[in-house]
Amino acid sequence: MKFLDFFRSKRPSSASIAKERLQIIVSHERRRPSTPDFLPSLQKDILEVVRKYIQINENQIKLSVDRNGDCEVLELNISLSDPGKK
Amino acid sequence: MIEDRVTRKEEQKLAKVVVVTSGKGGVGKTTTSAAFAAGLAVRGYKTVVIDFDVGLRNLDLIMGCERRVVYDLLNVIHGEGSLNQALIKDKRVSNLFILPASQTRDKDALSMEGVGEVISTLQESFDYIICDSPAGIEKGAMTAMYFADEALVVTNPEISSVRDSDRIIGMLASKTRRAEQNLPPVKEHLVITRYDPIRVNKGDMLSADDVHEILAISFLGVVPESKSVLAASNSGIPVTLTDDSDAGEAYFDMVDRFLGQDRPFRFMDVPKRSFLSRLFRTQ
Repeated sequence: MKFLDFFRSKRPSSASIAKERLQIIVSHERRRPSTPDFLPSLQKDILEVVRKYIQINENQIKLSVDRNGDCEVLELNISLSDPGKK
Repeated sequence: MIEDRVTRKEEQKLAKVVVVTSGKGGVGKTTTSAAFAAGLAVRGYKTVVIDFDVGLRNLDLIMGCERRVVYDLLNVIHGEGSLNQALIKDKRVSNLFILPASQTRDKDALSMEGVGEVISTLQESFDYIICDSPAGIEKGAMTAMYFADEALVVTNPEISSVRDSDRIIGMLASKTRRAEQNLPPVKEHLVITRYDPIRVNKGDMLSADDVHEILAISFLGVVPESKSVLAASNSGIPVTLTDDSDAGEAYFDMVDRFLGQDRPFRFMDVPKRSFLSRLFRTQ
């Protein structure tokens, strides 16, 4: 068996290459859809709430989702510019 | 072929809607739809198979009823013909009906409400409704999967097919009626077609285990790469209604597993003939 393994590890079969490539691309594509779906509308809603109190424009609010392994971080950044200054 | 009569439960149960889908084209959706529908009908369940591939219909050819198509799904939806006029009764198996797609219309003519009405009408008089999805992820495919209770995800052991199947599995979990109404999710079954155990053994083809591991849905079985599939489609016979077909037997195993029975997995290994057995063969 060791003898066979030696040969296999030297030249991986095309099927095992396929499997490896698939595992990577599939896990990458699986996590994408959750991000763009709700982010724009969430950003719009937050903008409206903030605008009740402070006048800001759209590009003063930044929303992003970051991933670290299994942990997802929703980052919200609202920059308040000085009145009169753009 | 013997028809196993199944004692129908007295209570009126609504038909189960099963979508046959894959994302990628040419992997065997229509072959599977025809074979599976015919298999269910042979097992005694009243089954209708609907073609959703508007503009590129082919189920009628595979089922061998292309010359009997008068009205189609879109005629029914637009009130130009009744459902009973459009349903084609199979001449080989009682219990089996085909609802063809329109060949001339635009695929956007397929309205979700219209399809919903047709399906709920069919649900009252059938046991199983098999929806043969078109390839792709556009309107036709989304409509075909929307009302599904269960799904057969048809996949070839090949990277582009597996990747597309993964996308379709994601959509079954998010874009169907069951997902939108927070009902129990669509039950997904993996069907691997065009499987060649010899190439798998050589390491030239993804194994059923590999595909199953990546897609992580319940595994219904493999259909071996088989000459009988082309022969059956050439003559317009679902492969489950042909004699002596390995692919037909594989589909019947899957039908039985789908119906909740235990069937050993076949066609997954190279036919055994070891060195020793060849040396000491007595026959």
